Amino acid sequence: MTSSAPEVERTAPRGRLESEFRAKRDAGRKLLVPYITGGYPGWQDAIRAAAANGADAVEIGVPFSDPVMDGPVIQQASQHALELGTTPHSVLQEIPGLDVEIPLAVMTYYNLVHHPGVTRFAADLVRSGVCAAILPDLPLEESAPWCGAADAAGVETVMLAAPTAPDDRLPRVVERCRGFVYSVGLLGVTGERSSLAATATALAARIKLVTDMPVLVGVGVSDAPQAYEATRVADGVIQGASVVRRLMEGGPDSVGDYVAEVRAAIDAS
Amino acid sequence: MTTTEPPTATTTRDSLLDPPDATGRFGDFGGRFVPETLIPAIEELEASFVDAWADEAFRGDLDRVLREYAGRPSMLTECHNLGDQLGLQLVLKREDLNHTGSHKINNVLGQALLAKRMGKTRLVAETGAGQHGVATATAAALLNLECKVYMGAVDVERQALNVFRMQLLGAEVEAVHSGSRTLKDAVNEAMRDWVATVERTHYCLGSVMGPHPYPWMVRQFHRVIGAEAHAQFAEQFGGLPDVVVACVGGGSNAMGIFSGFVDDRSVRLVGVEPAGGAATGRGTPGVVHGMHSYLMQDEVGQVEEAESISAGLDYPGVGPEHAYLHAIGRAEYPAVNDAEVVEGFQLLSRTEGIIPALECAHAVAWIAREAPTMQGQTVLMNLSGRGDKDVGQMMDVLGDQLGT
Repeated sequence: MTSSAPEVERTAPRGRLESEFRAKRDAGRKLLVPYITGGYPGWQDAIRAAAANGADAVEIGVPFSDPVMDGPVIQQASQHALELGTTPHSVLQEIPGLDVEIPLAVMTYYNLVHHPGVTRFAADLVRSGVCAAILPDLPLEESAPWCGAADAAGVETVMLAAPTAPDDRLPRVVERCRGFVYSVGLLGVTGERSSLAATATALAARIKLVTDMPVLVGVGVSDAPQAYEATRVADGVIQGASVVRRLMEGGPDSVGDYVAEVRAAIDAS
Repeated sequence: MTTTEPPTATTTRDSLLDPPDATGRFGDFGGRFVPETLIPAIEELEASFVDAWADEAFRGDLDRVLREYAGRPSMLTECHNLGDQLGLQLVLKREDLNHTGSHKINNVLGQALLAKRMGKTRLVAETGAGQHGVATATAAALLNLECKVYMGAVDVERQALNVFRMQLLGAEVEAVHSGSRTLKDAVNEAMRDWVATVERTHYCLGSVMGPHPYPWMVRQFHRVIGAEAHAQFAEQFGGLPDVVVACVGGGSNAMGIFSGFVDDRSVRLVGVEPAGGAATGRGTPGVVHGMHSYLMQDEVGQVEEAESISAGLDYPGVGPEHAYLHAIGRAEYPAVNDAEVVEGFQLLSRTEGIIPALECAHAVAWIAREAPTMQGQTVLMNLSGRGDKDVGQMMDVLGDQLGT
C-alpha cells in the first residue's frame, strides 16, 4: 500500500466487498460496478451477463415509489418493476439463485429499510447473500440506527460523498464508510450526460487524500470513455442509467456487451 | 382519544413552540433524510434562518412586506348565520383575504427574503392545487428571482387556471409525469432539481414538511396567523376559543393557527384530514421527502397515492410537528370524506357568502358534522384559502344540482 492517508481503526474485520476491492485495486485493476434495477424484466440474466463480462460487483436496485436520487431512466425502470409487483422480498429471494461469484450490493431508499426495521432488513440481506447496502437518502447524520444493525450483521454500508461536502466533512463520511467510497460524480441525480463533469475527478481526488479505501465514481458516468476518464483518478466507476437503458432497450445481452466495452476501456493504460 | 386526556408521551420542552432538537426532531419525528449532496445546503439554510430570524432588520423587512404587500393582518369574521344554524359560535381567520388568496404567501415571502439574503438567484417549488406555486411565483416576481414550479401532471389538468397564473407571473411550470403524478411526485422532482442546482437555487418548500429546518422554519413563518388570531380573538370575543380547527395536508396552515394556541392547553386543536389522505389518522411512521413522520404506505413501505377531491391535500405524509402533536395527544386528526367536503363547500358559500377553498371545506365539513358535540362552544377555524380556484372543478360536480 503506497498511500500515506490515515487508515481508519476498526475492531471488526473488513467485509468481503472491501477486501476484494482492495486486493484488486492493489493489484492494479480498475473496479467496475454496474447497477441493475431488480424486478425489471431480465434483471437476473443482466446481472449474470455483467458478471461474465468483467463487473467486479453489481449494485442491485430495490425499487422504491419515490426515488429522489434517480433521474428519468432509473425512475422508469423502477416504476415498471413496481407495476409488475416487485417487492424487496421478491428481489432478495431471487439473489441466491443468481449463482454469480462477484459480491452483490443492494441500493434502495431508507423507507424500505425502516419499514421492516433495520435489524430485520440487515438479516434479510445476509440471508440472500448480499454483502453491502447503499442508501442514498440516508446521510451520515441519520445513519446510526442502520449502520449499527448492518455492522452487527456483517453488511457493509457504502456511504456517498458529494461534491458539496466541505473538507472537514469528507473524513467523517469516509470513516463511516464500508466496502468502498461512493464518490458522487456531479451535482444532480442519476442519468446520462454528454461529458464527465469536472467535479467527478476533483472529488475523487479529494477523497483519496483522506482515505486509502477504494474510491468509485458514480452518478453521471455515462459511457466507456467517461469511465476511462474517471478511473484515471478514481479506483473505479459505478454505471447506472447507461446500463439500465441498455437493459430496457436491448435486454441482458446488451448489458453484457456494454459491460465488456467499459471493462476494456478502463483496462487500457 | 379525547382532548381532555393528558399527553400520552412525556415532553421536556417548556413550550410546544420551542425549536426541534439538534437532530431536527419534534419527539421522534422529523430529521433530515436527504441525499448527501444536500446536507451542506440544509445546514446553511438552518444557520441562515436562525441568523435572519434573530435579526431585527430581517424581521422588519418581513413584517413590512406582509403588511404592505400581502395585506396582513387578516381579520377575524364571526359567522352568525352558520353559527346559529349549528348551535355554536363560529369565527373564521380570514387567510383567504391575503394577496394570492391563501396563507401560503406568509411562508414564501419569508423564504424568498431569506433566499435573497443567502445570495440565491433562483427558487424552485412544488405545488399541489397551485396555491403555493402561485405564491412562490408572486414572491419571485416581487423580489426579482428566477422561479420554476413543479406540479403533478394530474394537478396541472385540474388546476389549469393556477398554471396560467404562475406563467403570467413569470414562472416556468413543469408538469411531473412520474409516480402518481400529483403533489408527492412534484416534491421529488423539486428535490431532484435542487440536488442539481443547489449552489444558486433555494428550494422554497410549501409546507411544514421535508428535512429539518423546513418544518420548523415554515411553521415560524406561519406563526403570524396564530399570533394575530390569539390577540384578535381576545380583543373581539374575550378569552380563548374552545376549539381551533384547520385542514391538514402537509399541515402548514394548521401549524400556523395552532401555534397561537398550542401552549393554551385548554384549547382543543383539530386538524382535519381528507379520508383519502389521512396520514396522521391512518398512516404509520415512515421516511419520505426528508422526514420521519406518519405516512400512508403499503405493507412493504411503498408510499401510497393520496386521493382527495382537493389537490392541495393530496399528500400521503404530514409534517413531523403534527405527528408529534398527535403522538403526545395535544392535537387530534379526524378525517372527512369527499361528499362531506362538497357539502361543506356549499354550506359556507350559501350561509355566509364566503366560498372556501376545497381544502378549508374539509374543516367546515368537520365542524358541521361534529356540531352536535360542540353546542354553545366557540370554534375558531382557519379559512386558509379562497375557493375561486376550485369553482371550475365544482361546476363539474354540482352544475346540474344547482338548477341553472
